[in-house]
This record gives sequence, C-alpha cells and structure tokens, in this order.
Amino acid sequence: MNPSNRSTISQHDWSLHRKGAIDQERHKKKIREAIKKNLADIVSEESIILSDGKKVIKVPIRSLEEYRFRYDPGRQQHSGQGNGKSKVGDVVATEPRPGQGKGQGEAGDQPGVDYYEAEVTLDELAAMIFEDLGLPFLEEKKQAEMETETVRFTDIRKVGPMANLDKKRTIMENMKRNAAHGDPTFHDIRNEDLRFKTWEPTIRYQSNAVILAMMDTSGSMGDFEKYIARSFYFWMVRFLRTKYNNVKIVFISHHTEAKEVTEEEFFTHGESGGTQVSSAYELALQIIQERFNPDDWNIYPFHFSDGDNLPWDNERCVALVEKLMELCNIFGYGEIREGHYRSSSTLMSAYGKIQDPKFIAVTISDKSEVYPALRRFFATRDAAGIPVSAP
Amino acid sequence: MSAPQPDDRYVAKLESAIEEIWDIAQRMGIDPYPVHFELVPSTIMYEFGAYGLPGRFSHWSRGKAYYRMKTEYDYGLSKIYELVVNTNPSYAFLMEQNDLLQNEVVVAHVLGHCDFFKHNVYFRSTPGNMIDKVSVNADRIRKYEYDHGTDEVERFLDAVLAIEEHVDPNTFIKRETDAEREERLRAGEQPQQRSSEYDDLWGLEKRGQQEEDERPRPRRRFPPEPEKDLLLFMAEHAPALEPWQRDILLIVREEMLYFLPQARTKVINEGHASYWHSRIIREMNLTDAEFTAFAQMHAGVLAPQRMRINPYHLGYSILEDIERRWDNPTEEEIAKFGRQPGQGRAKLMEVRETESDISLLRNYLTKELVEDLDLYLYQKDGDEWVIVEKNWEKVRDGIIASMTNFGAPYITIEDADFNGNTELLLRHHYEGQPLDLPYAEKTLEYVYHIWGRPVHIETVFEGRPVRLSYNGEKHSHALLDRTERH
Repeated sequence: MNPSNRSTISQHDWSLHRKGAIDQERHKKKIREAIKKNLADIVSEESIILSDGKKVIKVPIRSLEEYRFRYDPGRQQHSGQGNGKSKVGDVVATEPRPGQGKGQGEAGDQPGVDYYEAEVTLDELAAMIFEDLGLPFLEEKKQAEMETETVRFTDIRKVGPMANLDKKRTIMENMKRNAAHGDPTFHDIRNEDLRFKTWEPTIRYQSNAVILAMMDTSGSMGDFEKYIARSFYFWMVRFLRTKYNNVKIVFISHHTEAKEVTEEEFFTHGESGGTQVSSAYELALQIIQERFNPDDWNIYPFHFSDGDNLPWDNERCVALVEKLMELCNIFGYGEIREGHYRSSSTLMSAYGKIQDPKFIAVTISDKSEVYPALRRFFATRDAAGIPVSAP
Repeated sequence: MSAPQPDDRYVAKLESAIEEIWDIAQRMGIDPYPVHFELVPSTIMYEFGAYGLPGRFSHWSRGKAYYRMKTEYDYGLSKIYELVVNTNPSYAFLMEQNDLLQNEVVVAHVLGHCDFFKHNVYFRSTPGNMIDKVSVNADRIRKYEYDHGTDEVERFLDAVLAIEEHVDPNTFIKRETDAEREERLRAGEQPQQRSSEYDDLWGLEKRGQQEEDERPRPRRRFPPEPEKDLLLFMAEHAPALEPWQRDILLIVREEMLYFLPQARTKVINEGHASYWHSRIIREMNLTDAEFTAFAQMHAGVLAPQRMRINPYHLGYSILEDIERRWDNPTEEEIAKFGRQPGQGRAKLMEVRETESDISLLRNYLTKELVEDLDLYLYQKDGDEWVIVEKNWEKVRDGIIASMTNFGAPYITIEDADFNGNTELLLRHHYEGQPLDLPYAEKTLEYVYHIWGRPVHIETVFEGRPVRLSYNGEKHSHALLDRTERH
C-alpha cells in the first residue's frame, strides 16, 4: 500500500463536545427521581441518620439497575487466574459483611439483590425531602432578624452566561448596528450584539422562628422510639438549616424532670426513670417567657414521646398544651408506638379532646412513617390551616 | 478543556513513528485496514468507551457508564489506552495525555486489531460505515424524542436495551421469509435428489411425518421454529407497536449485530493485537529506558486477575503457545500430523482468519497452558468466593460455557400466541446455570412493555421447570409438570 494513504492523524478541539456529560446529567436526574420515590425508606435509613458529619451518603436505588436476563451470579461458576500456586478451596475474595462498607445491612448476603448506590450529599437529600414543605402558620412579627434571599432579573449587560441571553434585545441590537450601515435587517450577528439578562440578589426580611424540640428520654423510650424521634429531629434540623438562614432551635429532653441540652446531648444521651411530660412543657413555657417574646417570634414546639406518661399528669399536660398554643403557631406531638397492636396511650386520648387546628398529633409505629409525619407537620397551609401539600 | 494539548512537535513525532510502525508491520506480514488516528482528550476517550462508538444515540445508561469509567480513570484505577472502530478505513482514538512511547505501543496494537478486523471471518458481514449508521440512528431517535417526548422514548429504550443481546448472531445464514416458507410448504417439500449411502435416513423422517399426520392437527405454531432473535421478531410481530417503536427495536438490533463479532472474538482479537504490538515494538530502535517503560506497560496490560480472566493475557499466551508448537513440533506431532517446523507465524495467520474465542479455546487451550496460567473456576460459598475447580478440561469447559451466547442465557421465543391469546412465551434453554430470578422478573416487565400482552418465561430452578409470568400488573410463578411442556 502506498504509505501516504495507509494512515492519517488529526487532532481537533473537543472542548464543546459534551454528550457524555449530558447523558451523565440525565442519569443524575433519574437518580434524583428514584430517591424521591423512595424517600419514605431513605428518611429512616440508619446509615444516613447515624452518619454524623459525613457529607456524602450512599443511597441504594433499585430502579436504576440495568435489568436483563442473566445468570444468578451467586450460583454461577466464574473463571479467574492465580499466581501459579492456587488450589481448590482457596478463597479468592470475601463479600463485605453486613454493616461494613455497604450502606444497606442485608445487601451483602442476598445473592442477586445488589443495587446501584447513588452518592448524594445530605443537603441535596434534605432539599428533596422538604421541597414543597415550609413552616406552617408563619406570622409577621415585629423583630426582623431572619432574612431570606431571592433573585430577580433586574438589568441587561453585554456579557453573561449564554443561558441568560436576552434574544429579543440581541436581535434589536443587531438590527440597530446593521441599520447604522444602511441595512436594517437581522443578519451577521456578532459578539457585540449580544445582550444578557442579569440578576441581583435581593434580601427580604422575614419573621423569626424558634423550634422547641422536646423529647422523652425516659426508661420506657426504647431504642426504636429514640431512633424514630432522632430521625425526625435529624431531618427537621437539616430542613430548617438549609431552608432558612436564621432559625433558632432549643433542645429540651425530659423524663420526670426537663432540662435544656445541646444538640449533641439531645441526640446521643439516654436517661432512665419515669415520665412526666408536663415538666418539659413547663420548661418550654419558661423559656418562651424568658427569651422568646411571642410578639417577636414564631414559636414551634414539637414533642416526641412514647406516651407512657404518669396518668395523673395527663390533664395537666392538656392544660399546658392549650396554654402553649396561645403563644405558639403550632404544637406538634409525635407518639411513637412500636407495632400496630398497641392501642394509643392515655396521653394521646387526653389530647384527643383538643380541637384547635394548630394542634397536630401523629402516631408513628414504623420507620417508614417518619416521612409522612414530617410532611404532616411541615405541610404549607392556607389561611384556614388546611394543608396545601397533602401528606 | 484544561488538559494540556500536545504540541505540534509531538504530533509530528508521532506521525513519523506511525510510518515506521506501519513499515515494520507490513514487512512482518500483517495487512490492516488503513487507519485514521485521532488524538483526543481523556473525557472524549471515556465517552467513546461508554458508548462503544462515537455519535451513538443517547441514553442514561451510557451516562452512567461514562461516569463510572471517568471516575475510575480520575482515581487511577483503570485506563483505556486505545479505542478502535471497525470500519474501513478504521478509526483509532489515541489519548492526548499519553506520552509518545505509550501512543507508539497503542498504534502498533491498533494495527493488530485492524488486521484482525480485515481478515477474521466473523467480521465478514460487518458494514464498513458503522459510524455513519449510528449517527443516522441517533438522529432518528432524537426526532422520536422530539415527537413523542423524551420520557416516552426513554421508557421504550429502557425496555429494548434490557433484551438487546437477544439477537441472532448467525448473520451468515440467510433467513427464510414467511412467503418462502409458505411456498416451500405448498410445494410439498419434495426432497432434492440425494445420492449417498445415508439416503434411507430421510425415509425415517418421512415415516415419522406420516404418524404425525394421523394425529389431530395441533394449532399452527407461531413462530414455526423457536426464534432466537427477540428484537427482530418483536419488531415484526408485536401486536400494538407504533412505527417509531419498531424502528427503535431495529436500530438497537442493528447496532448489537455490529458489536457481537467483537464480543465473540475478544480473547483472540486482544491476543492478536498484543502479540503484534510486542513483535513490532521489539523491531523499533528503543533506548534501554524506553524498552523498560514498554515492558512495564505491556506487563500492566497483560496482568492476570484473580476474579476474572484477562482476555489480553489469555489470548496472548495461547497465540504464543501456538507459534511455539508450530515452529518446533514434537516428534509425535511431526509423525502424526505431518507438521513441519517453522510454521508458527503462518499458523497464527490461519488462526486469526478462522477462529472465534470459543473455537480458539476448544482447539488450542491445552492442559499445559491451563496449568501454566494457573486458571481456575471459583464459586460463591457463603460470604466467600472459593476456588472449586482446577481440572484442566473442566476449567476450559467452564470458561467456554461462560462465553457461550456472549455470556447471556440462551433465550428463544417459543410461542407468540400462548394460551391462544397473543401472549408471549419465552424459553430459557437451561444448561445447568440458573437464571437470576429477581432480575428475570424485572426484565419480564420490560418485555411486557414491548409486547403489550402478558409475557412468560420458562426456565429451570432448583432442578424443576418453572414458568414466570407477568401480566402487566402482577408477577406469578408456576411449577411445571414435565408433561405439560411441549
């Protein structure tokens, strides 16, 4: 063959070629959709709740497997190559044990049930969970301490990202420039014709909010109960901190006595002993009186308990809840009862008498009910207090 | 792109190296297609790797593959050196980030591939302009997305890609069309004039036919023979598909048929290319340092792996062994087969023309090689993967079994009018390896999406024939009596 036509070599500028990146985006989008569909499971996923400080978490997603007819890998013989000294019985690899490495506990020992693990940050996940939720009954208060940022397109500039190209103005500029040369039509578009919309962040001040997070840490709160309360508050804290710059949270743990604790103590410390719920409500009232004037603050008390309250304390609790509701925007009570067979507690039945729409009570008896509970508490409501975003 | 662009001097040096490599290759007797080399940045290399071909249609699964490959590269876990497209002229992509020596080795390796593409019999029917075809296909799919919505097209593509490997690779065998079949049946199947000592065998068939005729006629089977090509069959016969959906089935099939010859010659093709890159580089005037660098690269590419067989290593080892055995035949081989010494290279040229992976292993993976290479089979036992087989014949057969039907279960369409109700019955031809049932159920949902009527697959699980069914709403399983099967 003639050497000249047997091969050629060339090099091009590929910097605008983004097909792989675009399809990668599509894949990411599907991951987000899949996560949204599985939020109820993901919200109470142990590996996430217990991942203190870890920014990136792994979420198992089944729907993004590329399913096909295939042999069962766990029952199939595979071929490999040794270093010259291999013999029958040698172990070539070990599955990761449950709890190690893999996010999902059972993943390791179930043949054929392996799934794609998406990596998302906690903030992304929190944003998805609370996408259409907000703080209910938020009222305008005097003190303007809380700020939110909004974006408005206010100006036109000659440079900017292509996505913000103002096509109408660009065409006008082009025609103007052409008209200067005697031909007022749209042609020969140049960089100098381009006009871009540009925005300015505007700061809007909003009312203040404080969350009074109360949790029962008495002896009757078992691991399950604590875990549920913990996952609820875990997401609530995330939510408030991602959506608003300046929300205050007060943590109160109680058994027969209540005390204000730090966030870390709140989630990690366990106590023992009986339960006297009214102690927490009294402390909450006291804190409100001392530090959060209802004229200045939106106040959201939330309380989690297993409902095993001292029976003579229940009436007192109802009275205190009603007193709190006079000062607060909402009162959330979450009762954690493991297993559906248990009837609701005496505390819950005492609360049954409260008719105020500001009072929201939910019973959680399964991990998967944490997400619906979050949605009930934080549903954005219309003026009459009816949730707009259905749970 | 922030990656450093090789300067013109680099390109000029590479160009003259390519000329030298071509000269050596042709002198040594290989005959590749002309090749167009393109220097690309690593992102483009991984994109082409994920898509298989430049310009191919978009799908999220490719984005997923691209992301995985690119991440592995970014973390230094794996590296693609080269990517060749089997067209005439061939296209080869070289990575800008590679140094000159690395790209010289890659060029030599690419010439090996292009020689293989040109001469191996399994590539005989591969179209020479596949890059153009896939980009036309991508345009059509893009238009369907525009007309019917991205989600709608994506859902259909998801379904088709789930069964994409179930095509009939025997493209040499011309299919009988329905009309031809009718014609043949009407003509009464007059057997052609035969004259051999085995003619009486045909009579046996006739006798059987007569007995068959006396029985009550079963309803006409459709398809008349079990159909291996799921994509083609569904494109032609699925009851309720839009024309664009049938087109997508045919597009995916066409592209799969392009890739299948590569899948069935992976070991021999990589072995051939590795054999030739090492032979060509040895002929070049390398400095000691360069030769050491080359040896390291070569060893890296050919490194054996515990959990899978490295096709480069296996192919290279078998081909070198063939060369040795045909260069220096034993007394026995000379006496028995009349093998003349010094035929090694000629034998390799023959092997590269006629063999696929399976035939290469069947014919040339010897006891000595299995033992030298320390090949084994391993299996899962509890939490551990344990070596279960070292016997050379069983190991060879195990590797071949894993290559059969490109590693996919062999599935045919048995009945497209199952239950007299246009339901689709598939059969997995069980050969000792059970299907992954959760995966099979999910895949049945995809088949249902294409067929539009209830779908079933028969397979064997724990020694018993079972039928999995999906009717669009729920899955069901049935244990089958042997006698119930047709």
